[in-house]
Amino acid sequence: MTPAPPLPRWADVFVLPLINLTVALLVCGLIVLALGENPIVAIQVMIKGAFVYPGSLGYTLYYTTNFIFTGLAVAVAAQAMMFNIGGEGQAYIGGLGAGLVALWLAPMAPVVLVIPLAVLAAALFGAVWGLVPGYLQAYRGSHIVITTIMFNFIASAIMVWLLAGTLMQPGQQSPHTAQFAAAGQMPKLHDMLNALSFNVAASPLNLSFLLALAALFGFWVLIWKTRIGYEIRAVGQNPKAAHYAGINVPMVIVFALAVSGACAGLMATNEILGVQHRVVLNFTSGYGFAGIAIALMGRNHPVGIFFASLLFGALYQGGAELDFEFQSITREIVLLIQGMIVLFSGALAYMFSAPLARLLARLTVRPKPAAGEA
Amino acid sequence: MQVDQSNAAPAIELIDIRKSFGPVRANRDVSLRVEAGSIHGIVGENGAGKSTLMNILYGHYLADSGEMHVAGQRVSLRSSADAIGLGIGMVHQHFMLVSNMTVLENVMLGSEGGPLLAAGRRDTLATLRRLADDYGMEVDADAVIADLPVGTRQRVEIIKAIKGGARILILDEPTGVLTPGEADQLFEVLKALKRDGVTVLLITHKLDEIMAITDAVSVMRHGEIVGHRRTAETSPAELARLMVGRDVLLSVDRGQAQPSDILLEVSGLACTSSRGRQVLSDISFDVRSGEIFGIAGVSGNGQTELLEVIAGMRSFEAGSVRLLGETITPDAPKTPAQIRDMRIAHIPEDRHQFGLILSFDASGNAILGYHQSDEYGSGYFLDEAAVTTHCNKLMSAHDVRPDNPALLAKKFSGGNQQKLVIARETDTNPKILIVGQPTRGVDVGAIEFIHKQLLALRDAGCAILLVSAELDEIIGLSDRIMVMNDGRQMGILDSADAGRDRLGTMMAGIADTGVAAS
Repeated sequence: MTPAPPLPRWADVFVLPLINLTVALLVCGLIVLALGENPIVAIQVMIKGAFVYPGSLGYTLYYTTNFIFTGLAVAVAAQAMMFNIGGEGQAYIGGLGAGLVALWLAPMAPVVLVIPLAVLAAALFGAVWGLVPGYLQAYRGSHIVITTIMFNFIASAIMVWLLAGTLMQPGQQSPHTAQFAAAGQMPKLHDMLNALSFNVAASPLNLSFLLALAALFGFWVLIWKTRIGYEIRAVGQNPKAAHYAGINVPMVIVFALAVSGACAGLMATNEILGVQHRVVLNFTSGYGFAGIAIALMGRNHPVGIFFASLLFGALYQGGAELDFEFQSITREIVLLIQGMIVLFSGALAYMFSAPLARLLARLTVRPKPAAGEA
Repeated sequence: MQVDQSNAAPAIELIDIRKSFGPVRANRDVSLRVEAGSIHGIVGENGAGKSTLMNILYGHYLADSGEMHVAGQRVSLRSSADAIGLGIGMVHQHFMLVSNMTVLENVMLGSEGGPLLAAGRRDTLATLRRLADDYGMEVDADAVIADLPVGTRQRVEIIKAIKGGARILILDEPTGVLTPGEADQLFEVLKALKRDGVTVLLITHKLDEIMAITDAVSVMRHGEIVGHRRTAETSPAELARLMVGRDVLLSVDRGQAQPSDILLEVSGLACTSSRGRQVLSDISFDVRSGEIFGIAGVSGNGQTELLEVIAGMRSFEAGSVRLLGETITPDAPKTPAQIRDMRIAHIPEDRHQFGLILSFDASGNAILGYHQSDEYGSGYFLDEAAVTTHCNKLMSAHDVRPDNPALLAKKFSGGNQQKLVIARETDTNPKILIVGQPTRGVDVGAIEFIHKQLLALRDAGCAILLVSAELDEIIGLSDRIMVMNDGRQMGILDSADAGRDRLGTMMAGIADTGVAAS
């Protein structure tokens, strides 16, 4: 089998994800058709539900925020060639950090103090939850995939124990903390925009979205503009050469995992500080794992991660609309459609890579006289 | 068409073979005729398209166009299984053996003969016995590959290739890892195979091997065959000229060394590998400013570990290394970064694994190891403009082509990759330079350039420690030579006293009576 020629970067970044998305939508279209609905109408409903109806864009971007953070959590570690699948646990523990600061400080301090500290705590708690598996990998050789999975379980158990115990709201039967005071609530964007006399429909979208955009930019600066970013990439691309170059490889791995964990932890600012205003059970609800697909689809690049997150956000929001509009399309079918997109853009991301590369090579190289046995 | 020679149909005939990878034309109109029962050499620089051609012959790649005939029949190979079916066997440059299995199990791979191994085992043993009788290829069937010397492993590869009765044997750079003695044994086996009517295709860049053993030779350059010669009617100089396209100086002219202070001193060094094997025992030598101290030996006899210990990349158990007056012991080690900061540069043996990050661009590689320097940024940030400027400077001073800092390292030819590594390591004007295999996989033109650079550094007062598996390189460049075998030093010679034969004997582990062993 002749190896395929290398795929040009623009094709890898733009064309391939589009092909994957198209194939996924075609398969979903067949499913919708089999349910007796019109796929064209269904997709129109989804697009309107995600972007057009009042407030829908806000919802979409709110979901997008979660995906950006968890996608970054996978992408930073991936630059050091570490597969961090502990975003779920790191986000969960990040929520604990944000919640503790908000519960403790919000009743007695102004919002400009509480929110930055709570954000910091979310990042710090997440960082610790990433740093420990990083340390175990770098210095003890425990495989990062195993430890981060285990740390998801540990995080989950700790949170159940705390939320059903020490932190449970007094006089309540359900496992969540008390509501944060107003100073512990992340300002909503529609409130801020309305204050500036723009007329925007209400949505859960809050300041965390801007934080997510800043995190994307920070990721780009860190990885491609700093010396430590150079070291992270060097360790990821060739740990032996990094060692030869005098880079402290284990330390760089620990650092990368800590930054990864911090990104995941920041997801809690959107979900806990921005929307729930209390720490609740299982608020991460799979966003941490979706981060793997986001990073894969976004090719570990900030722009890619943004668009992949936007796509997933739109699917979440538009999917809910689909469920609402069609009798035969249930919540489970919406999950199935989302799963298809994860499957084609994530797990099968490179399925069309080789054929596409051959096609492009044939189109770009001058056609030769068709001779021989090929 | 000449059909009158039908009784002597060539073993292999290629007609106008073309193969492109994207815009890269690896083989252009290659036509080749290999007579049955001959030993045919193919020479060319790295990147000349030899490997592509062999992969086409062995069915790994499908040619874009052109015809291939085996024993007079037109064929189209779609996989290596097709090639094996046609009686073509191949011995790869990098061995394809399962190192924790025995010789018998390795030879049996692919012909296990059913779900139970007994029958396959019996047949394979019979094959091994037959090959030992016919060609003198004796091997211990129950020996584990990992315990065998490299020459014997290669013999197992050859047995694997011809066990099914292959009539055409392709060998890719077979002598790269062998001692001169082992290479001679290999040539005896090849001659025996030839007497039996087997056709041998030998790919190499060593002209003396071509001259010694082949009947005919084809020279490749830039994907094309630039000449076919009968070996008896050509000369190494003519072949070199064909390979490079111009006259080449096959040996460097070097002046007298002016050694002065001892800059590098190793005493009583011992080191075990992570698997507990003693890889260095009781190594002691010193290198002075203004001299090249060469270490001769077959690859894998401790040279790699020695370089790594001195560069701070590997911990050791006993002894000491004294660098520019600072002593390093197992209890007081230094990191590679600390050693580099002392202006001690290291050109590693394997540029793909250590010297370069192939997926980084040239400018990213130009600062590898020096990326914390104030020259290339301030504080936490790198200054891209400064890095690119630095890379451009290295490229023009060391003739790295193409001189494009944004090109990925893996896109450069082997010679230009090596020039980039050497440029980076010598640009700081190091006091000590540790060099491993400076010209491995580098084309003839670049070898000349690299040798001149090393000598210029020596004359500027640098202490150079040179490890090379190429005896000619060691002899040609070194002022003093230490021979290593199995992690021990076999002795230190003045290069004036060191002939190929004498070094070859010591490399094989036979003590030289003329020198003290340590």
